[in-house]
Amino acid sequence: MTAALSTRGLNKRFGSLIVASDIAISLPRGVRYALIGPNGAGKTTLINLMTGMLKPDGGQIFLGDEDITRLEPQHRVQRGLVRTFQINTLFPDLSALESVTLAICERDGIAPTWWRGLSSYGAATDEAFEILKSLNLVNDCYRPTRELAYGQQRLLEIALGLAAKPSVLLLDEPAAGVPKDESQGLFTAIAGLSRDITILFIEHDMDVVFRFASRIIVMVGGRILLEGTPQEIAEDPRVREVYLGSRHG
Amino acid sequence: MIATTGTALTPHAYLQARSRWGVIEIAFWLATLLPFFLFPNYLSLASQIAITALFALSLDLILGYAGIVSLGHAAFFGLGAYAAGIFSKFVWGEPLSGLVVAAVVAGVVGYATSFIIARFRHLTLIMITLGLGFLVHELANSAHFITGGADGLQGVRIWPIFNYFRFDLYGYTAYSYSLVVLFLTFLVARRLINSPFGLALRGIRENPNRMPAIGASSRAHIRKIYTISATIAGIAGGLLAQTTETVSLGSIDFQRSADVVVMLVLGGVGKLYGGLLGAIIFMVARDQFSGLNPQFWYFPIGVLLVAVVMFLPGGILGGLSRLLAGIRGRRP
Repeated sequence: MTAALSTRGLNKRFGSLIVASDIAISLPRGVRYALIGPNGAGKTTLINLMTGMLKPDGGQIFLGDEDITRLEPQHRVQRGLVRTFQINTLFPDLSALESVTLAICERDGIAPTWWRGLSSYGAATDEAFEILKSLNLVNDCYRPTRELAYGQQRLLEIALGLAAKPSVLLLDEPAAGVPKDESQGLFTAIAGLSRDITILFIEHDMDVVFRFASRIIVMVGGRILLEGTPQEIAEDPRVREVYLGSRHG
Repeated sequence: MIATTGTALTPHAYLQARSRWGVIEIAFWLATLLPFFLFPNYLSLASQIAITALFALSLDLILGYAGIVSLGHAAFFGLGAYAAGIFSKFVWGEPLSGLVVAAVVAGVVGYATSFIIARFRHLTLIMITLGLGFLVHELANSAHFITGGADGLQGVRIWPIFNYFRFDLYGYTAYSYSLVVLFLTFLVARRLINSPFGLALRGIRENPNRMPAIGASSRAHIRKIYTISATIAGIAGGLLAQTTETVSLGSIDFQRSADVVVMLVLGGVGKLYGGLLGAIIFMVARDQFSGLNPQFWYFPIGVLLVAVVMFLPGGILGGLSRLLAGIRGRRP
């Protein structure tokens, strides 16, 4: 079976700094992956490369069987490769309902329509409402995004990602800045997402990683150190040395 | 108040409430008929205000809804004016077809330049619009043989509308004509901003970086709204040429580009009515103050502009709506 998302020999350098070196990963459908590694390991860079926000110096990216290496970011999203951002990248003056409706309109190709009112597209709004409901955001869905609590804005990041009907969802530190007790709830919501969606998330909290990921990729210095089940990762001496080891002295 | 009703409101009702005509809106449009009764001697001015308001509306669509600051929008106004004027001089003077020609010429040039506009942002974009404005102005200036250059385009004769309503000395027909065109175009603009496309434009304004991540082709959106805005600016210019039966370089110069930005900022950006209100204030102030002192009429406009941007970030309209919300909020 072809992987949902895979890369071959992906390279990227900024000047003399190598941020991605020969990255080859392969994510099977429906699996929950965690991407871990120390700060500056190149985790966000890898997401930027895969989603087209950065252009690789070499290598290939495949979504299913299709080579998407040269596609613009929006065309990758239209094909089902969707990301969220570590730092909230939302529409401050739009309500949550409007934001998610916008993402659905873009997905369904009705956003260029200017001669019909938005109220003629009730199905898009209903769907947006359902997505917000599934993430427990309906109570505040008519308020401008900038008035939402920080944790709600993190959920809205995910809602915008879901609205694109992703086959692969890349979550860049979905719980960044969220208190530890709330981040469990956020990840429970992520764990509850459809099993058709392949998920890769970046996370620093090891409790969360071991609880919600079925497989883990460890990156160090722009390279993939290893990939395996949570147990394999936990027992691997190299990981203890470069990652856990460095923390626990 | 939408925000406080919470879950009681269904998504459909919420959307419908957002696009429903308010009492103030209806009152505003009824008030546009008042000059016929209250100021019959000022109908020519009223016509100029309606035309300027239409021009400001066209700028609001790109500035207020897509976040594209243009300092060269008079290029399209002037193109429309010259197109309508030249058309009436050399083809025929039927006004409606002349207006269509003005719209098409400005729209085609708008579409052609939109490919440059959609590629840039911030200061670069402002400088490009400024440069394009200068470019078109110099073209009109140097093409003396067809535009009349600095002497202005003479010999424009406009037939009666529908071969019946003659353009009279008092501006009765001119104001009626300008007002009808303004209102119809406003209806189109209002529909546009309440459409899925209008939502996408607000998305671009709010966060252009997020747009590709939800699968949006922002550049295609920008090209489209820029073309539409140029078309509307061209219609406004065409109206001015037809109602005044002359076109001067003043219809295409930097001053006009700058004035329309000032009007929009005064009235309130991104509110559709801001440009209309700004045009009324600006034009009436110019008329009144230049009567007092023809050389320094810009002084009070300058004071007003500084005061508004310092104390009313949402423009005069923004200030009024906050005031209104405050009054409503205090009532039980």
